[in-house]
Amino acid sequence: MTERVPTTDGAVTAPPYRLHAHKPEVSASRARAFGSWYYAEHVLRSMNSYRWTLLASSIGTPVMYLFAMGIGLATLVDRNSAGAFGEVSYLAFIAPALLASATIMTAATEFTYPVMDGFKWRRVYYGPHASPLNTDQIVQGHIIAVTVRLTVTTIIYFVIVAAFGASPSAAGPVAILVAVLSGLAFGLPLMAYSARIEEDKGQFALVMRFIVTPLFLFSGTFFPLDTLPVFLRWIGWISPLWHGTELGRALTYGYELPLWLAAVHVLYLVVLAVVGLKLARAVYARRLGK
Amino acid sequence: MPTLSAGPPVISARQLSKHYGDFKAVDGISFEVPAGESFGLLGPNGAGKSTTMRMIGGVSQRTSGDLTIMGLDPEEHGPEVRAHLGVVPQQDNLDEELRVRDNLLVYGRYFGLPMSYLRPKADELLEFAQLTEKASAKVDALSGGMKRRLTIARSLINEPKILLLDEPTTGLDPQARHILWDRLFRLKESGVTLILTTHYMDEAEQLCDRLVVVDKGRIMAEGSPAQLIREHSTREVLELRFGSERNTTVAAELQGIGARLEPLPDRVLIYAQDGEAALEQVISRGLRPITSLVRRSSLEDVFLRLTGRSLVD
Repeated sequence: MTERVPTTDGAVTAPPYRLHAHKPEVSASRARAFGSWYYAEHVLRSMNSYRWTLLASSIGTPVMYLFAMGIGLATLVDRNSAGAFGEVSYLAFIAPALLASATIMTAATEFTYPVMDGFKWRRVYYGPHASPLNTDQIVQGHIIAVTVRLTVTTIIYFVIVAAFGASPSAAGPVAILVAVLSGLAFGLPLMAYSARIEEDKGQFALVMRFIVTPLFLFSGTFFPLDTLPVFLRWIGWISPLWHGTELGRALTYGYELPLWLAAVHVLYLVVLAVVGLKLARAVYARRLGK
Repeated sequence: MPTLSAGPPVISARQLSKHYGDFKAVDGISFEVPAGESFGLLGPNGAGKSTTMRMIGGVSQRTSGDLTIMGLDPEEHGPEVRAHLGVVPQQDNLDEELRVRDNLLVYGRYFGLPMSYLRPKADELLEFAQLTEKASAKVDALSGGMKRRLTIARSLINEPKILLLDEPTTGLDPQARHILWDRLFRLKESGVTLILTTHYMDEAEQLCDRLVVVDKGRIMAEGSPAQLIREHSTREVLELRFGSERNTTVAAELQGIGARLEPLPDRVLIYAQDGEAALEQVISRGLRPITSLVRRSSLEDVFLRLTGRSLVD
C-alpha cells in the first residue's frame, strides 16, 4: 500500500491550531452534564449509516407477520375458536404480542453484538472512554440511542398494526411505550451479560435460540398463557414479553386487566430494566477501567 | 524553537504502581514532565508502558502512589483531566461505520464542542493529517498509516496541550512512519507536550527530548537519548558476524578488545570509543568475521546494557 506524500509547501511550522476550542474546564463540565446524550448522538449517527436496512426490516417484519398470522392463520382460528379470545378477532389478540416481541427482538440484537463490538471487535467504547465522558455515560448513551431506535421501530410497527385494524381502542398508541419498556426490561440485563463476555463462543446465538425464541413461543403470544399446562406457565411469568403483552392487550382492545395487576406488570418491567442498568454500569466500569 | 517553559510540571508521578493480583505491571515509578517537553517511555512489550499511559489518561485506577495531570488527580477529576488530553491509543478504535470526517465530529461532541467550531476544525485537522481527499471515505477503506493519522487528528479535536501516544507507529511501514513523525514533530514545535511509548529506539531518538527506559514495571534509566547513550554505552559499536555456530566460541578470543563485549546468538557486539580501531585489533588477532559493521551506539544498546535483553523480540 503506497501513500501519496505531498511535496511540502516549504512552510516550516504551520501551527496546527488556528481555531479555538473552549477551555478544558468547559469541556469537562459539559461532558459531566450531557455526556450520555453526546454518546447517544454518536451511536445514532452510526445507526444512521445503515438506516435503509433498519427501515426495511422495521416495515418488512410487521407486514410479514401480520399477513401470515393475522390474515392467514387468523382466518382459520376465528372460524374455529368460538370466542376463545374474548370478543376480539385473533388478529387483535396477537397484534400487541407481536408488537412487544418485535421490540424485544430488536433490543436483543442491539444489546448483544454491538456491545461486543464496543469492547472487543472494533473497540468503539474505548474512544469515548478516553474522552471526558465516564463509563456510566457510555452505558446510558448506548441505551438512549437504542431506545430511540426501539421507539421508531415500534411506532412503525404500531402504525401497520393499526392499518390492519388490529388496535381498535383509543388507548392503543400507549402500547408503544409498553413495548419499548418491555424491550428495555429484556435488553438491559442482556446488555450487562454481553458486557461480561470476553470471547465470543456463540453465546449470542444460544441466547437467541434458547431464551428469545422460547419466550416468544410461551409468553401467551399466540394463545392465552392459561391454556398452557401449569408447569410451563412460569416461562410466561418471568418473561418480560408476557407482562408487556398483557398490558398491550388491555390498551389495544380493552382486554380486562385489574388495575393492581397492571401495576404489577409495569413494576416488574421497570425493576428488570433498572436492575439491568445497574448491572451494566458496574460491568462496564470494571471492564473499561482495567 | 524550543518551548520549554519553567513552571509546575504538567504531569507528575510519584511511586506510581498498578498491580493485577500478584503481577506488578507498574512497580513504583516516578517522573515529572514539564510543559512542552516530549517525553518517552521506552521498553519492551509488557514493560508497563501502556498501563502507565492508561493511568495518565485517567482511564485506569492506580494501586498506589501519586499522580497528577495539570495538578489534578485523574481519579478525582477524571473528566477534567481527560478534557486536557489528546489520546492516541495503541489499537485504533475509530468508528468504521462512520465516514472519516464524521469520526472527528462525533469525537469533538464528547467535549461538548459546538458544530460551528467542529466543522471547520475537522477540515483543518484532515488537512494536517493529509487526509483531506479521504474526508468522505469510509474508515475501512483507509490504509494502516492513514487510520493512524486519522486517530491522531481525532485526538487533536479539542486542541489538547498534552498528547498521549501509545506506540504511535507500531505496525506501520517506514514511509508511513516518517509521515507520522513529521506530523508529531510539528505538534511538538507548536508547544504541545508529547508523552509517548515506543519500543523503537529510532522513534525515541527522533521524537523524545527525554525518556525513561522501563522494564518489568520499573524505571531503569532516565535522560535525553544522547545522555543515556553516553552514560550507558560507548560512542561506537562494532558488530561482527562469524556465523551462528561460531559467534559464542569466537567471543572468548575477542576478550580485551574495546570496553565491553556482548555475544548475541547472531552476532558479537564490541563496544568501543573507536570501532575501526577495534576492528583492526580483531583482524590482527587473526580472526576473520564474515561481516563487520561499525556504527554509532543507539538506545537499543543502552537497553541491552541495562536489561541484558533486546527491545524487540
